[in-house]
This record gives sequence, C-alpha cells and structure tokens, in this order.
Amino acid sequence: MAKLVIMGGGVAGHTTATFAKKWLGNGHEVVVVTPNSQWNWIPSNIWVGVGQMEKSEVTFPLAPVYEKAGIVYKQALATTIHPEGREGDDTPFIVIKSTEEGANGETEELTYDYLVNATGPKLNFDATPGLGNGQGQMGDKTVSVCTAEHAVHANEELTKVFEKAKAGERQKILVGTGHGTCTCQGAAFEYIFNIEHEAKKAGVRDMLDIKWISNEAFLGDFGMGGLHMKVGGYTVSSKIFAESLYAERDVEWIIGAHTSKVEEGKIEYELLDGTMHEEEFDFAMLIPPFSGVGFKAYAKDGADITDKLFMPNGFMIVDAKYDAGAYENWKASDWPETYQNPSFGNIFAAGIAFAPPHLISKPMTSPNGTAINPTPPRTGMPAGIIGKAVAHSVCDMIKKGDDVELHKASMAEMGAACVASAGKGVLNGTAAAMTVYPVVPDFEKYPGTGRDTKYTFGEIGLAGHWIKHILHHMFIWKAKLKPGWTLIPE
Amino acid sequence: MVKEELNFAKSDDFNLTMLPGKFAKAMRTCKIWQLFRFMVINVKMLIVVSKSH
Repeated sequence: MAKLVIMGGGVAGHTTATFAKKWLGNGHEVVVVTPNSQWNWIPSNIWVGVGQMEKSEVTFPLAPVYEKAGIVYKQALATTIHPEGREGDDTPFIVIKSTEEGANGETEELTYDYLVNATGPKLNFDATPGLGNGQGQMGDKTVSVCTAEHAVHANEELTKVFEKAKAGERQKILVGTGHGTCTCQGAAFEYIFNIEHEAKKAGVRDMLDIKWISNEAFLGDFGMGGLHMKVGGYTVSSKIFAESLYAERDVEWIIGAHTSKVEEGKIEYELLDGTMHEEEFDFAMLIPPFSGVGFKAYAKDGADITDKLFMPNGFMIVDAKYDAGAYENWKASDWPETYQNPSFGNIFAAGIAFAPPHLISKPMTSPNGTAINPTPPRTGMPAGIIGKAVAHSVCDMIKKGDDVELHKASMAEMGAACVASAGKGVLNGTAAAMTVYPVVPDFEKYPGTGRDTKYTFGEIGLAGHWIKHILHHMFIWKAKLKPGWTLIPE
Repeated sequence: MVKEELNFAKSDDFNLTMLPGKFAKAMRTCKIWQLFRFMVINVKMLIVVSKSH
C-alpha cells in the first residue's frame, strides 16, 4: 500500500486529493494536511466583501467530505520536510503541527511515499510596513478579501464608509495592490467594481472617490503581460478594455506603483519613474504579496537542504527552466510541465506553491532599484488543472512504477477563464468575462500577440454575470464531491 | 449633451480611452442578446477547458 500525502486543501490540493483517491481506491492511502477546517471558494469572497453573500455560502467543513471520500484528514500545519528520512530509516516524512481545537500545537511525524506541496501562498502582509501587524497577519489599517474571514471584515468596514457617505461625509476608497510584486490583480479588479456597483445601489456613489492602485505597468496587465482580444473587427489590447471600464465607471487609476508604507488613512508609494507619492483613504483594500509558506527541509544527517526543494521566495523548485536569463530570452518552454521536484522524484508541487521560472509580465524596476511588476497568477483554473495532472502522475507511478511517463500541464499550453462580476443580482449585474489561451504567451506558436485570439476574448454583460453565478454553485458542488462531480471540469 | 461621453472630460487618462455608447450599454443587459452571448461564451470556455487538459 502506497501513501500519498498532500499538503494543502485549497483548489490544487483538494483536486489532487479527490482525484487521487478516486483513481487509487482503497488499496492506497491518501492524506490531506491543511490547517484550515473549512474549504473556501475564494472567487466568491468578493461578494462576501460587499455584503452580498454570507461566509457560510462560500465555505464548508472539509472533514465530512474527506470522510465520505475515504481520505485521511489532518487539520494541521506542515512545518518541515525530511525527504531522505532519518539515520537508520530511509522512509521520508514531514512534521506537522495540529491546529485542531483541543490538540492545538501537538506535533506529529507523518511518513509518505509521495508528497504533493499544494499549500497555496503565504499572505505576506509584513512585506509592506503597516500592511501587516508585524506578526505575519493583516494589519488594522487596511482590509483584504483573500480569505472568507478577511472578506467579512472588509464588508463591515465598507458598511461604515457607506453610512458616513449617506450622512453626507465624502469618502475616499482605494483598492489594489499593497506591494510592488503582488499578483491576483483580478481579485482587486473585481472588488473595486463590486464596491462601485453597491455604492450606486445604496445611492452614495456621488459621495465616493474610488481609486485603483496597482503594480501593473499598464491597466489590464493582470500579471500576464496583458492580452489581446477581438472587438468590433479590431484586435485590441486589454489596456484599452480595462481603461474603458474604469473611465466608464469614473474610477481613477494609479499604475506602476509600489506601495512602500501604510499608515492610518494614508499610503506612501513609489512609481516606476522613481518618484514618491502619498494617497489618503478612508477605506483601502490592498492585496498583499505572496510568498511560499516557509518550509524547511532536512537531509538524513540533519543538514539543511531547503535550497534543494525551494527557491529563496519559498516556492517549490519543479521542472522549470530557472536560468532563462533576460526577458528577451524567455520562452514558453521555460514553464514547467510535470511539476516534479528535480532532486526528489516523489515530490511534486501544484497550484501557486510551485516556483515559476520568471515573470510573465515584462520586468520593471524603478531608478531606485525597486522591482515594480506583477508576479505570475497561477490560481483558479490553472491550479485545478495542475492538481489533476499531478494526481494522474502520482497514481500512474504508484500503479505502474516510478519510471512511467508523467502527465503534463504547462501553463504555456493551458487556458484560463476569468469572470469579474460587478454586482450580484441575476438581472441587474454585469460582469467582464474573459478567457485567455494560453496563460503564458507563446510567441513562437502565435507570433504577434503570443496567444490564440480565437480563444482569448473579453466582453461585458449579463451573460458573464450568469456564468459567474453558475461557476459559484458548480465548483462548490464539485468540491463537496456531490453526484457527477468528476464531470465538472477544473 | 451625450451623457455617455461626459466622463471623457473628467481626467486626462479618461480622455484617452474609449467609452461605450447607449447601444453598447443597452446590449449588455438585453436579455435576448445576452442569452445568445451566454451560449457563445460557454462554448468558447468549454473549448479552452478542453484544450487545456
């Protein structure tokens, strides 16, 4: 009997675990280690953040789902990896620390035959002074929608702002990225337009100054170097698409910005030209930068081998080309296909936990040497597809042997769908529905735009809004492993 | 006065982009047109999904 241990129970980890268990059956053991007791459909946190959904509508307890599936569930935080085992015993293991009520802090050694790192990111609030509380958590000056709890808090603060606006007090709202190297601009993009929509509904739009701040070099970069889409017979840049959307909704923007400091009601930021500025706010939702969760890895003799498994930013080393060099040399083939660690063949990474070879957007640095560029997005659809491919590979290795051909899921051959809502009502909301294919542009295959413009498109309307609703219910249905869950694509 | 064009004057950034007119805005919430677009977007998304696996 082989034992597969998956660290993380988000989109990538949950997908890996559930498919691996389905394909392996009861002859092998699948274990999920995650510090969270709840699964969270993160895209809908946006609606929680504007009071249009309850936290209970975007989360559900993991334990009953894993019990039904026959997956062993450990509510714990993985801390160290020992891929060579220990002196006298070659069995690899990880050390986990319980986060379960009553057993909080108890440690345990968990052996494995195969290990998948799908932890997702560490929300690195403390990278920006004042954005964090100095202890790794979100500070008290801004809000976030990265977790369901954060979104509930964001809505409480937003409600206060709306009440002040109703009382005739003009309010400044700032939404965007809290550091020069953030990713996930899409979440902030969706949040700002939901705030704008709710403000109109509440009759306070005229009392709000809503502003976007982002590390993107141009609006519509989205961490993917932007995209091109066909509109009205033209092929146009997402810059035009995004700028039009902001201008139509009277949302001003600051771009190419590194938020360097957060104070009470004020941020300091540096622009790509090296100049420093300040922006005041009454309410700010700033996405933190991501890093790896900070695992340590040790050899049999206790030597620190973290650098064999992880890049300095904490993300796991996989089969990517990390020495591609300057931007001009970047190729689609630099991107990983199997997500296997080159030093330890029984260790994989899935979702945001893998270290990308380089940015997708063009690297930008201010004259002061500050990097101001979005890091590559790898959440949502790519995370699910990678998780499934990794599950396929591990199952084949268990059933057919370690030299089997691994399954591939390169982000340079994978598309992504993104639906950014504005409002939640079925008949009065609109959404920007976008697909991009492939996520990582391939200029050898698609000279010009780097992407297939037949399948890279964006449009605004009710249709996208309906799709957003359907995706919400469909993915929660799938994650709960309800009848037909395998038919729903990642 | 064309209401849809007022935002062009609000900032230099706004002045340099495009804004939807009455027709484009109406089509975004026209249920018949959006039902058609719903089908088109779904088909495109399914193709993207199938090409990605």
